[in-house]
Amino acid sequence: MNLLETRDLGVSRGPCPVLHGITLRVAPGEFVGLLGPNGAGKTTFLRAALGLIASSGQSSLASLPQGERARAASFLPQGREIAWPMPVEAVVALGRTAHPSATRATDRAAVERALARMGLEALRHRSATELSGGEQARTLIARALAQEAPLLLADEPTAGLDPAAQIAVMETFADLAAAGGAVIASLHDLGLAARHCTRLILLHRGTLAADGPPRAVLTPDNLARVFGIRARLEDTSDGLVFQPLGRIAP
Amino acid sequence: MVIRALICALLAGLAPALPAAAGDAPRRVVSMNLCTDQLAMMLAEPGQLISVSNLARDPVSSAMVDEAGAYPENHGAAEEVFLLKPDLVLAGSYTNQAATALLRRLGVRVEVLDPATSMEDVHAGILAVGRALGQEDAATDMAARFEADLAALRAAPASGLRAALYYANGYSLGDQTLAGQILASAGFANVTAEAGLSSGGFLPLEVLIVSNPDLVIQGDRYPGAARAEELLDHPALSALGPQLPRGVLADRDWICGTPHVLRAAADLRAAQATLHGGH
Amino acid sequence: MRLPYPALIALLTALVALMFAASLLIGPAAIGLSDSLGALFRGEGEAVTLVMREVRLPRAILGLFVGGALGLSGAMMQGMLRNPLAEPGLIGTSASAALGAVIAIQTGLAAAFTLALPLAALAGAMVSVALILALAGPRGTTLVLILAGIGISAMAGALTSLVLNLSPNPFAASEIMFWIMGSLADRSMVHVTLALPFMVLGIALALPVARGLDALTLGEDAAASMGVRVGRLRVLLVVSAAALVGGATAVAGAIGFVGLVVPHLLRRAVGARPALLLPASALGGSAMVLAADIAVRLIAPDRDLKLGVLTALVGAPFFLHLILRSRKEVL
Repeated sequence: MNLLETRDLGVSRGPCPVLHGITLRVAPGEFVGLLGPNGAGKTTFLRAALGLIASSGQSSLASLPQGERARAASFLPQGREIAWPMPVEAVVALGRTAHPSATRATDRAAVERALARMGLEALRHRSATELSGGEQARTLIARALAQEAPLLLADEPTAGLDPAAQIAVMETFADLAAAGGAVIASLHDLGLAARHCTRLILLHRGTLAADGPPRAVLTPDNLARVFGIRARLEDTSDGLVFQPLGRIAP
Repeated sequence: MVIRALICALLAGLAPALPAAAGDAPRRVVSMNLCTDQLAMMLAEPGQLISVSNLARDPVSSAMVDEAGAYPENHGAAEEVFLLKPDLVLAGSYTNQAATALLRRLGVRVEVLDPATSMEDVHAGILAVGRALGQEDAATDMAARFEADLAALRAAPASGLRAALYYANGYSLGDQTLAGQILASAGFANVTAEAGLSSGGFLPLEVLIVSNPDLVIQGDRYPGAARAEELLDHPALSALGPQLPRGVLADRDWICGTPHVLRAAADLRAAQATLHGGH
Repeated sequence: MRLPYPALIALLTALVALMFAASLLIGPAAIGLSDSLGALFRGEGEAVTLVMREVRLPRAILGLFVGGALGLSGAMMQGMLRNPLAEPGLIGTSASAALGAVIAIQTGLAAAFTLALPLAALAGAMVSVALILALAGPRGTTLVLILAGIGISAMAGALTSLVLNLSPNPFAASEIMFWIMGSLADRSMVHVTLALPFMVLGIALALPVARGLDALTLGEDAAASMGVRVGRLRVLLVVSAAALVGGATAVAGAIGFVGLVVPHLLRRAVGARPALLLPASALGGSAMVLAADIAVRLIAPDRDLKLGVLTALVGAPFFLHLILRSRKEVL
């Protein structure tokens, strides 16, 4: 059973197509890195797949009624917005908005699980806006976990975080996938993607340029064509290591 | 001084005749104030008064709308008045000060009449306007008639009734005002004066209600709508009891210190009969 | 340790009840406590009953609801725009509602059809909220919000002055102050019956959408992904805010800063949760307007001091403080 299935998904802004012909399936256990340079259509794809913007083609999520969709997939938008100085546990509890008919006890338990999973118990009464970037990221991931949907879509979840926090986020997502869920995260850091993701999807000017295991996607040819860079990719005793080396004149 | 020179130069061709020599009756009189308008219309000889203010034609404020129709109107602007080449301008002390000061600097004689706050002021005002117009005899006659009528009105027994004057925004008038004096001359006690307001001021609605007047006299309504007048429609005011039917007492007779105030007082006396009848 | 939410609501309710009682008992006519209560509840004493039931009671009821409407709409707008400076007075909603009311009165529409007054005020408020949303976008940044608010307020204020100055009634021009600053003086039960249904409608529309406001804390996309119908939420909030501000402004003029100060004071106490802030701000707004209305009667009993003067004296420093705090975002 697939958690997300899109067929010929496309989005147009006015007469210009910004995304077209995206057909893919995401199954439980996958941690998908969504790659591509700025403007390749990563955010657009995530929003279209979720039905947040109008699109052509099909997306299994977008065709669900909104209430059911909220229980099928959670979403971490770019920017980590927390408008009000709410306590961490209240922010996490917002994830339960997706379950309007759940009992108080069920809600409570889900929030506690999410807090515990992200190691936020000690911070639960702190104001979320006063936390560090990494702590805020953890809080928002906990919020998405509290939603208890099998699929998590995250838009640049590691942007602006220090290395330890970035790794923590990637490990959490890998764990989620290993536990039978699936994660699709748009990423700019190809090194993190190569190391932690089970599968990479490469977008280039709104189209699907490559889709497969990291080794198959991060080929010199793809890197040159899509990113205009050359890089070294090596299997080491520490796993797959990716290091960009320089630009290639277009 | 520069401004004056400039204006004089600009208007040189239109400059009026020199001000009338002392003792001569002015021949081109312009009135810029509702109250001097009415006194001047009563006292001036034909042809002497050449313009009255536009307010003199307003049926709510003016007691002499028909008479005013015979005169060209002015709007109280210095330039407009100056171009009429007046040798005397009559103004009230609330007339636009900038306009009267400018007219004076241009060499026009301006006489200012203070608003009347008592019957004595009315008497004095009649004589003052008569003097300014050079119509002393007519003024003396009118003042004497006014005194006699007033004495007759005051001779009638007091009604013992208590009344309040109530206008837009809850404005009321105490006994040291012209309207207050009209009320007294008609034999009414003034509730507003009892509440401690001797001149004009705001009387809160609830103070008015608690003072329990026998009669509330409201002002006329102006056309158009104003929140200030909504208060006069307040249900509590209507529930207060006897009210004079609107229109029985006309504002226009109450505003200016002219002999018309006696008509206001007489109307009020007549209205008492209705009031007693209604009770 | 924070006060538990039910205790906070109970405390605010008690405060409102106290202010409501004080509003009934304080006035220019010196009436003793027992006389006041006897008149109010049993109709003892003709004149005193008239004062209590027809003058003070409508004033107190309007203070209660106008304050509640302003506090609630302030909290709602802040939640919707995710900006603590969003407030009906500051972003031009009140001024636009006043313009609608003035047009209804001066065209004679309000005289011909009683409901025209609150409806026109509601329409004015609605136009301005829609305009703010169009100008400031879904998340109003402070700079755009304030600039748009200045523009809309200035426009509505100028048009209000124009309409009033063109009126044939000499008193109309002096009314500009009422529409800008607001007052509850000399309001009657007629005004209560006119405005109350609109404010009650606004409250009824606002409370069911509160949970959506909470979700909006994380942004529109996050809220939508959690099952909140953001478009519908926005429409409900706009209609609700317009009904609240329109109803209040139609009878009391534009009273500023209540919707700014009250949510600001109470935000910490409710853990900054927009949904919990709504009822608390409604109660806080009631208490603030009732207190201000008592104060204007005590400070200048014979002057009809405008309510907005007092709320601005309290609110403007708050506003400046908030500007200072959000300066980083502005620059």
